[in-house]
Amino acid sequence: MDEIKDGLTEVSCDVLVIGGGTAGPMAAYKAKRRNPATRVVLLEKANVKRSGAIAMGMDGLNNAVVPGYATPEQYTKEITIANDGICDQAPVYKYASHCFDIIQELDRVGIKFQKNENGDFDVKKVHHLGSYVLPMPNGDTVKKALYRQLRREKVLISNRYMATRLLTGRDGQIAGAIAINTRSAEFLVLRAKTVILCAGAAGRLGLPQSGYLWGTYENATNSGDGYAMAYHAGAGLANLECYQINPLIKDYNGPACAYVAGPFGAYTANSEGNRFIECDYWSGQMMQEFYNELQSGKGPVFLKLNHLHSDTVGKIEAVLHNVERPSRGRFHENRGTNYRERMIEMHISEIGFCSGHSASGVYVDEFARTTVPGLYAAGDMASVPHNYMLGAFTNGAVAGEHAADFAQGIDLPEYDPGDVSREQARVLAPTKREDGIPPNQLEYKTRRFVNDYLQPPKVTAKMKLGQARFVEIRDDMENAMVVRDAHELMRSLEVASILDCAEMAAFASLFRTESRWGLYHHRVEYPEKNDDEWFCHSILRQQNRQMTAEKRPVAPYIVPIDESERSAYDRQRIRQQA
Amino acid sequence: MPIAHTPTTVPVIVDEAKCIADKGCTVCVDVCPLDVLRISDLTGKAYMKYDECWYCMPCEADCPTGAVTVNIPYLLR
Repeated sequence: MDEIKDGLTEVSCDVLVIGGGTAGPMAAYKAKRRNPATRVVLLEKANVKRSGAIAMGMDGLNNAVVPGYATPEQYTKEITIANDGICDQAPVYKYASHCFDIIQELDRVGIKFQKNENGDFDVKKVHHLGSYVLPMPNGDTVKKALYRQLRREKVLISNRYMATRLLTGRDGQIAGAIAINTRSAEFLVLRAKTVILCAGAAGRLGLPQSGYLWGTYENATNSGDGYAMAYHAGAGLANLECYQINPLIKDYNGPACAYVAGPFGAYTANSEGNRFIECDYWSGQMMQEFYNELQSGKGPVFLKLNHLHSDTVGKIEAVLHNVERPSRGRFHENRGTNYRERMIEMHISEIGFCSGHSASGVYVDEFARTTVPGLYAAGDMASVPHNYMLGAFTNGAVAGEHAADFAQGIDLPEYDPGDVSREQARVLAPTKREDGIPPNQLEYKTRRFVNDYLQPPKVTAKMKLGQARFVEIRDDMENAMVVRDAHELMRSLEVASILDCAEMAAFASLFRTESRWGLYHHRVEYPEKNDDEWFCHSILRQQNRQMTAEKRPVAPYIVPIDESERSAYDRQRIRQQA
Repeated sequence: MPIAHTPTTVPVIVDEAKCIADKGCTVCVDVCPLDVLRISDLTGKAYMKYDECWYCMPCEADCPTGAVTVNIPYLLR
């Protein structure tokens, strides 16, 4: 295993899904269900059984729009406000209208959602305005249930294949993708009528405070490959400056899970044990207050459970130590932290791109279509804001069904064989060197500079210095990187994605000369929100081999937002008691 | 310039007495998202070859004999 071999195979399909985490399996399943004759290939860098953000499961739905608790209109309004108004509502509304069908479907295939004594879904309030959080008591079985459905529908799964570039046809439409086997470096050319990118967040962008490259908030496999591939195919990427930054358990770097613990009475507190934010729902404005408190004399910040009854804490532990990030119990045990006695120290995460929690993603419309014909995107890497796991499922379903229909009406596009040989040369270059810089050092340096120069508060001169350093690292990567086996080759390709994302993060952040989304885009020299000039999306794309950015108007709202409601998320800090 | 190796203590531990990789089992290697586990040519048992662990635990949860333990990486402990 891991020995680098020669090899090139070509396969054809109607729908190619890249990424087998959350959105991907649902997209593949729905494409096949829509039309069983559709040839669907699901490509996964790891193994679909245990891949992506929910490799070990998930403890609940954070954005369930359940009849009786919330309406699609209320949800669309809440997300529009939480995202500072920069929101094309059509995809959010579409999600909100369809997600209950997906909840019921998941419930039918064995993923049980919490019900109350009347047999209704037991929805909790965590957001600022409405109630959307639905616990999943057997959330550790999500991946298994999905996998069973994929087998039943006979979806062709290719594990341990990493897509490296998309192929486009003569008119710029999608024509497939190039991939390599992560254990043998053999190439696979996948010709496809449509491609659905579901490659997850760019979670290996910033460096965690621990300095451990793999100690990221996101599953560390999510290195932003989807963002990089979309960029190189010419797709537009929206609002990348709206970084993902999350409040986490310090060092462990997993979620403190106020969403789980909050409904039981836990809350985020300062070192005096007092609340300082109105609402624990993750938004840029909330993160700004979190950051302010961390930096203040009342820092650091904690998750407080030690005022709760021991049995209540036990119930919370049963969820937090078994689902999503089950090793957290071990982390606390090592330090002798018992939730009943001590508050849990928190910190803020490294920066990343992830529309699952913020809004930075490949631009998509309400059918999950990107700006490249035939190319779709869903999940954490598509631009539907705050869409979490249920958004990945629902928008994956939307993408799968639309792609299956679209593929029926077109022929397999031709691609340029020169693109394949050029890509083989790019990928294999580090294997041809005897000596040089290994990928892990290039990655460490890139990500340290991301922290030094790109993380908020954002300063123009710093970001420009970061850009200069990235150019130097790119030169090293292209001319001096060395890899010795197929596993390292996968890492070297991830470094290229990370560097692409770092450059995009700097470029997008410099473009938007205002502050918005709280901490996510806090620009020190432009401290105010400037609706006159910047009430718009920023769209970054590659044109004539250059990175460019442009403004795109926010689509007219479907659900009107009253002037008095717009600032609801701006009032996060608890007002001083008289 | 030659490449040096920096020693690290790895988080994933395999109990070789319980591991049945020598009988053909590859479950932990198959399920690892970061693909850091391998079967040793020398011992026929699973081990952590690359120190790139997200301490996510599928290897431990899915091991049929309970041979795998995931510790928190030392830098985070």
